Amino acid sequence: MQNLDRIVQEARVDFSATDDPDALEQVKARYLGKSGRITALLKEMARLSPEERKATGQTINRAKEAIENALSERRDALRRAALERRLAEEAVDVTLPGRREVQGGLHPVTRTLERIEALFRSIGFEVADGPEIEADFQNFTALNMPEGHPARSMHDTFYLLDENGAVADDVLLRTHTSPIQVRYMQAHVEKYGALETMPDIRIIAPGRVYRVDSDATHSPMFHQVEGLWIGANVSLADLKGVCADFLRRFFESDDLKVRFRPSFFPFTEPSAEIDVAFMSGALEGRWLEIAGCGMVHPNVLRHVGIDPEKYTGFAFGMGPDRLTMLRYGVSDLRLFFDGDLRFLRQFV
Amino acid sequence: MKFSESWLRSFVDPKVSGEALSHLLTMSGLEVEEEQPAAPFFDHVCVARVLEVVKHPNADRLSLCRVDAGGGEVRQIVCGAPNVSPGIKAPCALPGANLPGNLKIKAAKVRGVESGGMLCSARELGLSEDASGLLILPDDAPVGEDLRVYLDLDDTLRTLKLTPNRADCLSISGIAREVSALTRAPAVFPEVSEVPVETDLRRAIVLDAPDACPLYCGRILVGADAQAATPDWMKRRLERSGMRSISALVDITNYVMLELGQPLHAFDNAKLKGTIHARSARPGEKILLLNGQTLELREDVLLIADDTRPLAMAGIMGGDETGITSGTTEIFLESAFFAPHAVAGRARRYGFGSEASYRFERGVDFGGARRALERASQLILEICGGRAGPLVEASAPLPERCPIRLRPSRVARLLGVSIADEEIVGILRRLGMCVESDGENFIVVPPSFRFDIEIEADLIEEIARLYGYDNIPSSNSHADLMMLPRSESERGISRIRQNLIDRGYQEVVNFAFVDEEWEKNLAGNRYAIRLSNPIAAQMSVMRSSLLSGLVANLVTNLKRKQTRVRLFETGRCFFRAPDGVPVAGFSQPWKLGALAYGAALPEQWSAASRNVDFFDAKGDLEALLAPNAEILGARFEKTAHPALHPGRSAALSIGGKCVGVVGELHPRWVQHYDLPLAPVVFEVDLDVLKFARMPAYAEVSKQPLAIRDLAVVVDQKIALRDILEGIKTDSPATVRDVELFDVYTGAGVEPGKKSLAFRIVMQDTQRTLLDTEVDAAVQRMLAYLQNTFAAQLRT
Repeated sequence: MQNLDRIVQEARVDFSATDDPDALEQVKARYLGKSGRITALLKEMARLSPEERKATGQTINRAKEAIENALSERRDALRRAALERRLAEEAVDVTLPGRREVQGGLHPVTRTLERIEALFRSIGFEVADGPEIEADFQNFTALNMPEGHPARSMHDTFYLLDENGAVADDVLLRTHTSPIQVRYMQAHVEKYGALETMPDIRIIAPGRVYRVDSDATHSPMFHQVEGLWIGANVSLADLKGVCADFLRRFFESDDLKVRFRPSFFPFTEPSAEIDVAFMSGALEGRWLEIAGCGMVHPNVLRHVGIDPEKYTGFAFGMGPDRLTMLRYGVSDLRLFFDGDLRFLRQFV
Repeated sequence: MKFSESWLRSFVDPKVSGEALSHLLTMSGLEVEEEQPAAPFFDHVCVARVLEVVKHPNADRLSLCRVDAGGGEVRQIVCGAPNVSPGIKAPCALPGANLPGNLKIKAAKVRGVESGGMLCSARELGLSEDASGLLILPDDAPVGEDLRVYLDLDDTLRTLKLTPNRADCLSISGIAREVSALTRAPAVFPEVSEVPVETDLRRAIVLDAPDACPLYCGRILVGADAQAATPDWMKRRLERSGMRSISALVDITNYVMLELGQPLHAFDNAKLKGTIHARSARPGEKILLLNGQTLELREDVLLIADDTRPLAMAGIMGGDETGITSGTTEIFLESAFFAPHAVAGRARRYGFGSEASYRFERGVDFGGARRALERASQLILEICGGRAGPLVEASAPLPERCPIRLRPSRVARLLGVSIADEEIVGILRRLGMCVESDGENFIVVPPSFRFDIEIEADLIEEIARLYGYDNIPSSNSHADLMMLPRSESERGISRIRQNLIDRGYQEVVNFAFVDEEWEKNLAGNRYAIRLSNPIAAQMSVMRSSLLSGLVANLVTNLKRKQTRVRLFETGRCFFRAPDGVPVAGFSQPWKLGALAYGAALPEQWSAASRNVDFFDAKGDLEALLAPNAEILGARFEKTAHPALHPGRSAALSIGGKCVGVVGELHPRWVQHYDLPLAPVVFEVDLDVLKFARMPAYAEVSKQPLAIRDLAVVVDQKIALRDILEGIKTDSPATVRDVELFDVYTGAGVEPGKKSLAFRIVMQDTQRTLLDTEVDAAVQRMLAYLQNTFAAQLRT
């Protein structure tokens, strides 16, 4: 059957000469279609004897199979080529930038406050909040600064006018975040005062505070964050431990030097000022005042209904604005309250 | 409190360097705020006498001097000072001397004549700005002595930043007492003895307000020379303490105040009549003070008066009419104790203060009044001469120093470290306290100069201070582990902020007080809460909205060439509210405000550029509410807001209560603030955003969805929400969702109308819906729209 081999050979040549899938189907018809050459050979077998028919049939079927294989290979090749072409056509310049919205950002001081909150949450301090127009009692009296107390004069206080234009003497813009602690302690006593032993109070109180002062290092509105831990046996040693730990974590500097030196606040006794010194950077080696703290004054505890014989505690307060300036090297406090995007976007 | 180290060391001289002294003071609570040398560095300058002065042969303005600068040698020095003359003494810089400003003195020829040194002015030595001539030294200055030694220039001046409780350190003696307690070096104070009484002249003293003034000592001195010169050593100490020399009598009172801490006052005795009274001011009483101010006094001001008129605001300032002058010959000298409560705040109320009020407000040692009066008398007699009358003292019960119980166990509990009893006692005694043991505890009585020791905790602070805060351990605290509550139905503010940040907004922090005009314009608030003492007119009222601050930020940023601005702030706003909580009279809700201006998207190759509009702001607000808007029942309604475009603004309401607004800035303000484009803004109560929906499970239906689209044309004015709500009420439960996916006006739609296209999603929970059912539902919807809104089917 020399003839069959030639047909298969010719089919192969024809298939590979065809680049178009539709044309390929037509070429296929020439061999395997109703009037295709293989189909014709199969029809001719009717004339053969059964024995011949069997042998010839096998031969023809082998040839048919070979042609089908060739066809299938060619189809695959064409499909692959088509895909290649499509992929090439669809290719984009991957170096063009993606579709985008610009990311906004937190205010740098908020960034600091969130860090402070997270660090203190990690040792079980809750975050407390309170009003900014505050009662004189919570801002001063309860904090051991009764009317006429000289320390009041150090808080250059903003007062408000009432509806008739007279100075309202019982309210003010809070001068520190300590009244938040007062309110928290009052609520705590209301909630747990009846118990034999109240659970500890562990809070930090961040917020905006106000003082009549405005220059390069003072803003009439600024931030404070205060912390408070009241419990059965909270000591100055605990205060030192917590504050020093916080400052090292905040500045991510294990070798930060921290010192406590005696100071005075009406609401703590003993009181201390906390200084830090960095071991590298522009401020290396200089002691920087960073926070005030102390053991809560017994009068403050009494004012909120806590027995100072039963409970002791410490409080600390610091300026997140200053912490932010130190951390990021900002030199002018006023930048924080100016809304200048060129400045703020640096903290995205 | 500024003081000279050499003056301090004349009282107590611990074996520590100046630097160590500073550290010691700072670490004991007397913070050294500033430290400066009394004089800049120079050397090889000594006291010299000018022997002879002749004109320089080659220069009109120069003199040729023969000078004795010690060492048995006479030098020839060229000098240009106008005041050089034979016989004077002046500083002479010898060859080899280094002067301030890097000036080196060498033997040299000046205009052809040898000059072996330089005679100096005060300015050349950096001692003052005086360059008018040579610094003339007193006649008794020893020739050849190093000027630094002679003028005590190797002194250091320190300024203590004293806390208000440490009035006892407002004097050199006080600081010396403290240094002695800290270092255990003995303190030796000037000998003060009673001066001889050489006249019987005296004034009776009556304490009319014994509570405010329980102790008053007075004495007449006659024949003193008010024009006597203040000795140089006293001038120097005053100047190094930051005080100017005025006249010998005034200088002496100031000197004793600095030395002992007791403010004194000297009256011209010739101008006083009768008895001295320490009494309260009478209503309407006036006084002309030494500083020239005339004050009308309130009754809570304590006065020193004679029989006819007020003489002084007690402990604050003397009157002008009875003060000493250069013509004074008789002095009435006062040394008294005025109680802190009688002085505190009075001077500040009238807008001034004085060294005396500063001390009396904080507490002056009532045990030292007599001694100070004797000391001043002694100095007056020495310097001004004269004769002293008897010291007259009027007294009433003085403040008590009550015994305080100190428990060593409490010391350990509060400090977290156990300190031995002997050490505790030692510390307290060194601080001048009287300590006795009652077996287990101590009974402590503080000294009269300490006004800040009232309770046990005060003593514990003193113990800690001297024990050293550095020596108290830093403990790793132990506490009961208690988890903090974390509510799932509350969203933290940080999540809310982050949402806006992800949408391109930058956080700002603005002052809570704003311009009244802005508050009126943008918040429509005519009754803003006003500050009584604003720092500036544009910060005079409390904000009731965050929007004005954001618009102000926009204006600033546009000036700085920012063209795309997205800002937000979270903060409290302030309203009058009689039933406000927790501070009656005010409500102070937290709000979130945001502003977007300029391009909706940052300029980029892949998106068409357009400016932000109402729907951008609304979309950002909806994103903050998602996915809780429906549960909350949040609705947007047309609104009239003073800041916003009436046709492009909406109020956000929840349960009928307005909780926010969103819209485009009113064209009036766009023009007023000169904005090239209109910003869009929104503001919402933060509490609303804090709500978080607690997820609730519902079974997922396995039945197939049927989806149909329906487009209708309706009048422009019809609000989409009315349509959607109507459809939902009218539709069978199988209609799961009706969503608007297109709004069209323009070609093919009649003017004044709009085409709305809805996608309707239907599903039954139990079975597959038949096509006929789905079609019927859509038909019913169409019929509803036709009947209710005169809608036409768009084909």
